[in-house]
Amino acid sequence: MNALLAQLLNGLDKGGAYALIALGLTLVFGTLGVVNFAHGALFMLGCFCAVTFRYLITIETVTTDPTRTTPWGAPVEVRTPMVQEWFGDFGAVMVDYSVPISLLLAVPVMLAIGIAMERGLIKHFYKRTHAEQILVTFGLAIVLQEIVKSMFGANPIPQPTPAAFRVAADIGVWFGMDPHVLTYPWWRLIYLLFSVIVIGGVFAFLHLTTFGMVVRAGMADRETVGLLGIDIDRKFTIVFGLAAVVAGVAGVMYTPLLAPNYHLGMEFLVLSFVVVVVGGMGSLPGAVAAGFLLGILQSFASMTEIKSLIPGIDQVIIYLVAVVILLVRPRGLMGRRGIMET
Amino acid sequence: MTKIRVNRRSVLKGTGAGIVALSAPHFFIRNAWAQQFCNDPTKGKIIFGFNVPQTGTYAEEGLEQLTGYQLAIKHINGEGDGGLLASFKPNSLKGNGVLGRKVEYVTGDTQTNTDAARDGARRMIERDKAIMVTGSVTSGEAIAQQSLCQEMGVIYMSGLTHSNDTTGKDKRRYGFRHFFNAYQSGVAIAPFLAQEYGKDRRAYHLTADYTWGWTQEESIKAATEALGWQTVATVRTPLGLGDYSQYLTPVLNSGADVLILNHYGHDMVNSLPQAVQFGIKERQANGKDFEIVVPMFSELMAVGAGDAVRGIIGTQNWNWQLDDEASKIFTKSYGEEYGAPPSQSAHTGYVQAILYADAVERAGTFYPPEVIKALEGFEFDGMGNGPTLYRDTDHQCFKEVLVVRGNEKPTSRFDVLDVIGKTSREEVTYDPSIFGGELGPYEPNQC
Repeated sequence: MNALLAQLLNGLDKGGAYALIALGLTLVFGTLGVVNFAHGALFMLGCFCAVTFRYLITIETVTTDPTRTTPWGAPVEVRTPMVQEWFGDFGAVMVDYSVPISLLLAVPVMLAIGIAMERGLIKHFYKRTHAEQILVTFGLAIVLQEIVKSMFGANPIPQPTPAAFRVAADIGVWFGMDPHVLTYPWWRLIYLLFSVIVIGGVFAFLHLTTFGMVVRAGMADRETVGLLGIDIDRKFTIVFGLAAVVAGVAGVMYTPLLAPNYHLGMEFLVLSFVVVVVGGMGSLPGAVAAGFLLGILQSFASMTEIKSLIPGIDQVIIYLVAVVILLVRPRGLMGRRGIMET
Repeated sequence: MTKIRVNRRSVLKGTGAGIVALSAPHFFIRNAWAQQFCNDPTKGKIIFGFNVPQTGTYAEEGLEQLTGYQLAIKHINGEGDGGLLASFKPNSLKGNGVLGRKVEYVTGDTQTNTDAARDGARRMIERDKAIMVTGSVTSGEAIAQQSLCQEMGVIYMSGLTHSNDTTGKDKRRYGFRHFFNAYQSGVAIAPFLAQEYGKDRRAYHLTADYTWGWTQEESIKAATEALGWQTVATVRTPLGLGDYSQYLTPVLNSGADVLILNHYGHDMVNSLPQAVQFGIKERQANGKDFEIVVPMFSELMAVGAGDAVRGIIGTQNWNWQLDDEASKIFTKSYGEEYGAPPSQSAHTGYVQAILYADAVERAGTFYPPEVIKALEGFEFDGMGNGPTLYRDTDHQCFKEVLVVRGNEKPTSRFDVLDVIGKTSREEVTYDPSIFGGELGPYEPNQC
């Protein structure tokens, strides 16, 4: 039972990342009708917002300690982050919490990147076929990937979890179990909570604001909204930026769990498209539900008992589910009728 | 005047005598026919090929190894302070290159990928005319390059490769390994594990799913089971996996009380901190504290894993904090060159380049079979590992193995590991037949 609960938590944690990425992807498809193969790169860029922020706040001053020498006879260097010199203990806290603080950098940066992408490239392909959109956005993803590789190198750059969260929460005790029966890393729980908050925020934005209402109307019937005199293009540009922000912040908070590298976007791109296909192209609730569902399925499939019956099932389960969905219900679990169906 | 009779018989006799007369000098030149070999530098440059991962999962180790090679070239050519040439004995190198000529090098990026390693080695041999190829951080790379070099008649001095297979079932006449192997790690670490954690333990293995991981798991499993430990499970994890949560979750309620991470490089940098974050070290199982073991790791991995490495026991091929004269010499020389102490990856690369150059000097030729024979059975010292033997039956170096533990209070990124013990060369020496394989012929193929 404990093993099942632990794997459920794993699945929800992983599913949160899938859901966030798929949410942004579905926003773009649902509003602009564009299949954005650069969306995984936006997740990757978010990760590197965290890397960049940490790099900036850990720029060090180097002094030498004349009382100590290295084995090769040089004086020992003492390196201190500048923020620690300027702000003392608060500076040390900033360094420790660099990942969540980097959200302040990631949000405006990703918004700008998203808007630039839409205005600079995507808008020219609205009326093109999906195949052309895929080609151009995939090309853009590769360009972004190579830019990051040239700036940051090819190696993963681990980002530390804040010290207070490097331990496991004794969840079992919360539910009356004995201590240390059901434990789970604090940061993964925080990520799950974060993903729920962001998803909730996006849905609240779309359902409780006038802007959101216009966007939803535009997703349902763009032409009519345009005929009402609403500049739907401008709103959709902002939605593209919002989708980039969602993908980016998902990446930022994921960095302590998975060391960012230039290729991360491609790894998540495939997964996110599978999630969108299963959930239903253009369906926001479908994307979220499918994200969590597939995360949980993947997690349960990795259990030793399951893998002993079907070796390797954990690597392919979500793709198998996608194949079944495409065969049986092509519009996805919650997709609109007619989408992806002939 | 004698009349010379010309007939068929006399023509045949004369032709035969002429052939013997013209070829006679060759009967007196040793190996006259066999002296042709790949990239003979007699009339060209002497080029060493350094083929290491510069990108990919093990790139940091690869780049460190490259610094060791580059420093070795400097010292071979008589530049710098000479490094280990001062302590290495018996040393035939004179500090004027090899056989009186300077050595150059080319570099390649294996991308931590077996196919790329093989392609890079081939390019170094065919395009760059490398007389010797060296470098690796994964055993897959080493075995692939070793096999290629055997086919092409070029000596391969492996870099960092820990799988038993490299000098076991995949051994090659043209391949040589200085770095220790998984079997030796198991033998070395077992007594320390028994001392620290007792003999009544239940171990859960997470293992990188490639040749090194398999042999590491096999060796550590055998060594710990010989102590009396039970093995609860052995689970394979994909190489380069970032998120180990789905593999760590089953460990918690498996009935095990020791987690053994058969991971290296970025795999371990990810898996160990995640294991700690899952609260494994705070747990108790079977009435004992849950422990984590990383049988083989490096300084770079320890730095990458951060606080998670504190108290973790493992083994190393060499450590800069050793207090023997040779290790101090090398640390000083490397530190002055690069501003940081050398890693075991840099050390093994450096040593392999020196050993090859010295073997050529002793053989008096670059002809591979003679160089091979100069290396086989070579006993040396003064390279930081104590008295070392390059065993002729499998081309594996035998020397003492270090047992290390993550420093609980490191003062910098350079002292994250403490050497807590050494296992002698005799204890880690084994019968080569246990791993099988055949070395193959001496005679070089043409490239």
